[in-house]
Amino acid sequence: MQYVDEFRDSRLIKKTIETIQQLADPTVHYRIMEVCGGHTFSIYRFGLHALIPSNVELIHGPGCPVCVLPMGRIDEGLRIAEDPKVILTAFGDMMRVPGQTDSPLVLKAKGRDIRMVYSPLDSLKLAKEHPKKEVVFFAIGFETTAPATALTLLKAQEWGIKNFSVFCNHVLILPAIRAILDSPDLRLDGFIGPGHVSTVIGCRPYAFVAQNYKKPIVISGFEPLDILESILRILRQLKEKKSEVENQYGRVVPWEGNRTALKLLERVFELRSYFEWRGLGFIAQSALKIKKEFSYWDAELRFGTQGITLTDPKAAQCGEVLKGVLKPYQCKLFGRSCNPEHPVGALMVSSEGACAAYFHHVYQKTEL
Amino acid sequence: MKLEQCIELAHGAGGKSSRRLIEQVILAECRNPLLEPLADAAIIEWDKTRYALTTDSYVVSPLAFPGGSIGELAVNGTVNDLAVSGAKPLVILSSWILEAGLSMEVFQREVKAMARAAKAASVIIAGGDTKVVEHGKGDGLYITTTGYGLVEPGVNLGPHRVEVGDKILLSGPIGDHGITVLLARGEIELEATLKTDSRPLWPMIEPMIRLEPSAIKWMRDPTRGGLASVLNELAHDIGFGVMIEEELIPIRQEVRGACEILGLDPLHIASEGQFVAVVDQKKAVDFQKLLNDIPGGEEARIIGVISDKPSGKVVTLSAYGGSRMVDMLVGDPLPRIC
Amino acid sequence: MCLAIPGKIVEMDPYDQMPFIQTALVEVSSVRRRINIELIKDEEPKPGDWVLIHVGFALAKISEREAQDQLRILSMLGEDKQAMEELQGYSMEEEKKT
Repeated sequence: MQYVDEFRDSRLIKKTIETIQQLADPTVHYRIMEVCGGHTFSIYRFGLHALIPSNVELIHGPGCPVCVLPMGRIDEGLRIAEDPKVILTAFGDMMRVPGQTDSPLVLKAKGRDIRMVYSPLDSLKLAKEHPKKEVVFFAIGFETTAPATALTLLKAQEWGIKNFSVFCNHVLILPAIRAILDSPDLRLDGFIGPGHVSTVIGCRPYAFVAQNYKKPIVISGFEPLDILESILRILRQLKEKKSEVENQYGRVVPWEGNRTALKLLERVFELRSYFEWRGLGFIAQSALKIKKEFSYWDAELRFGTQGITLTDPKAAQCGEVLKGVLKPYQCKLFGRSCNPEHPVGALMVSSEGACAAYFHHVYQKTEL
Repeated sequence: MKLEQCIELAHGAGGKSSRRLIEQVILAECRNPLLEPLADAAIIEWDKTRYALTTDSYVVSPLAFPGGSIGELAVNGTVNDLAVSGAKPLVILSSWILEAGLSMEVFQREVKAMARAAKAASVIIAGGDTKVVEHGKGDGLYITTTGYGLVEPGVNLGPHRVEVGDKILLSGPIGDHGITVLLARGEIELEATLKTDSRPLWPMIEPMIRLEPSAIKWMRDPTRGGLASVLNELAHDIGFGVMIEEELIPIRQEVRGACEILGLDPLHIASEGQFVAVVDQKKAVDFQKLLNDIPGGEEARIIGVISDKPSGKVVTLSAYGGSRMVDMLVGDPLPRIC
Repeated sequence: MCLAIPGKIVEMDPYDQMPFIQTALVEVSSVRRRINIELIKDEEPKPGDWVLIHVGFALAKISEREAQDQLRILSMLGEDKQAMEELQGYSMEEEKKT
C-alpha cells in the first residue's frame, strides 16, 4: 500500500458521493466548516467542491497559520532581517506573504539575506555553518509544526548553538474553533476537523464541540476519499441527531495524540495571555511563546519586538473570509486589486488560503 | 494589471509576471508583425522560403547537474525553440558572459558540452562573442544562444489553426529538469535518481511533419513555468478551453515524490526535452504511435482536447469526475509546508 | 494545516553516527530524505514502517490495518446495510468501549 492512490480510487469515491447524495436531505441547506487550510487546498485541488450536492455548503475556516498572522507580525519578522548580520529563514509558504510593503521574497530580491528552509533543523544547521551570522527562524504553524520548532530549540540548547533564535508565531487550533463557535455571524451544522494537528493533540480535546455546542466534528484525512467520507459521517450524525467526535483518519491519528510531542511542547513553550489573529481579533491563550529556560533563543527578546500593529486596508475583508462569513469572491477586492501576484492579504497568497484556492481553481460561476 | 516598479525574480519565472513584462514593455515598445505572435521563434519569409530565428539566455544555477549542464541546455533549448516552430535547426551563434574568477576548466567543460550537443543536434556553432564581468556579478557563466533554421514546407503553426476537437499530444514525462536542478542546488537534501531531460526534439518532430504537416496546429516546449503555463498561453490565445486529463499526463515517480514532499505542482515544473502539440483529432493516434516508436518517445501520450468552453481557461479532469482550473504559475514554484 | 505525507522508512541511521539526533532514511515515491524520528521514538519505528512526515519530522506511524479497514468499509457502501453500521464505529463513545 502506498497510502495515496488508494485514497483517490475512483470507484470508492463514486460510491461515497452516491451515499452522500442519499443521506443529504434535499430540504435542508447544510453548512459544514472545514477548519484546516490543508483541507481547503485539497477540496479545490481535487475538484471535490463540484462533486457534492449543491445543498451541502462548505465553509472555509481559519486554519491557515499564514493567513491568520497579522501584517504587523510579518513586518516585525522582516525588520529583524534588516540587520546585515541576520540570515532570516522561513518556510516556502511565508515567502510571498506581504507585510505592509514587501514580502520576504521581494526583499530577498532586493538583497536581504532571506532563505527558504524545508525544516527548522535546516535553519539550525545553517547557524552551525555560518558562525559569524545570526540565523533567525520565522516559526509559523499550528500544533502540527510546533513540536518541530520545540525539538529544534532543544537541540540548539543541547549543542550550545549561540547564533540561532526563533521568532515564534505558533498558534493553537482549539481557541480558533471556539471563537468560530462563539461568533454570532455564523450558523454551522458540523466540522471537518483538522487531521494533522490531531496527530499531536489527539481527538479528545474536541469533545467540547460535540458536548457543549452540540455539533458533529469528524477528524479527517486529506485525500479525496477521506474528505468525502468525513462529509458522509457528518451527514449521518445530523440525520441521527447526534453530535459526536469521530476519527475518520484512524490510520494516522491516535486518539490520545502524540505524548512525546505534547511533552516537548510543554517543556519549551507556554501560552501567551493573548495573541492577535487576523480577522478574529485578540484571542486569549491562543498562541505559544518560548519559555524562560529557552529565552536565550527567543528572537523577540534578542532583537526586541516593537509591537508593530497594522490594520488591513478597510476594503479588504480578510477577517470575514477567514471566519467563513464571506466567500472569497464576495470580498470587494477579490480578483481586482487583490490577486495572487499583488495580494492584499495572506489568504490570496498562501497556498492554503481560501481566496487563492478560488482564484486558481474555480472557473465556473455555477460552482460559486 | 499595472507593471511593478522594479524587476523581481518572478519576472523570470515564465509565468504571469514574465508574460506581463514582455507584453507591457517589450511588445509595447517594439511592436511589429514578426514580434506580435510572441511565439518561440520569429518566422521570416524571404524569396518564398521561410526561416525561423530565435534567441534564449541560460542563467541556471548550479552550472552542472545530473545528466547535463548549462552548455547542453544552451544548445538544446535554442534548437528546440526552432523545432517547435517547425524549423530544421541549422546554425547557432553563442554569446558567453564570464565572471572573472571562473575556473578555466569549467569554461572548457561547458564549451565541450556545447560542441557535443551541437553535433548531436546536427547544428554548427558559427560564431559568437565573449565578455568578462567583475567577480560577483555573473553567477559564474551566462550563455545566450541565437538559432537559425529552415521552416519545413507545409508547416503552418499558430493559435489561428486550432479548432475545437483538436487533441493535445505530450511527448513524454514532465518536470524532470526542474526537479533535477532544484535538488542539485543542495538546499533541500532530497535524494533521487533523476536527471535532466535536456535533448534535441527535432528527431521526434521531423517525422511528424513528414507524416502530415498540416495536421500539426501548434507546438511549444514547456520550459520555465511548465506545462500549465504554455497551455494557459494557448487557451488565452485561442479563446477556447483546454481540457486535460490528470491521469494521462506522464510524470516520473521521482518527480511526483519530490513534488509531494515539497508541495509543488508538477504542471508548473520545467522540462527541457519535451514538447506539447495540438494536432488534428483524426491524426492524433497516428502521431502518438509514431512517437512511441522513436527512441525517447515511448511515453508520448494524448493528454487532452480543445473544447468549446470554458473560454480561455485550462481545466484538468480527474478520474472520478472532479475538475479544477489549472492556473499559470505565479512567481517561482516555492515548496510549501501547509 | 498542513502538508504532511506518508513515507516508508528504508533505513535507520545508527545513533552513534549522528550523536544527539535520531534520524531515518525515508522514501516517498522513489525520493529519499533523512527524517528526524525522535517524536515517534515511543512507537519503536523500524525499516518497512510507514510514517507521516512533516517539515523533516515523523509525526506518527501509519497503521496499515486501519487503512485497510477504512477502504474495506467504504467499498461496501451501497451494497450492504452492514457497511453503514460499521461506519458508526469510529466515534468517541465506541473508542471508550475498546
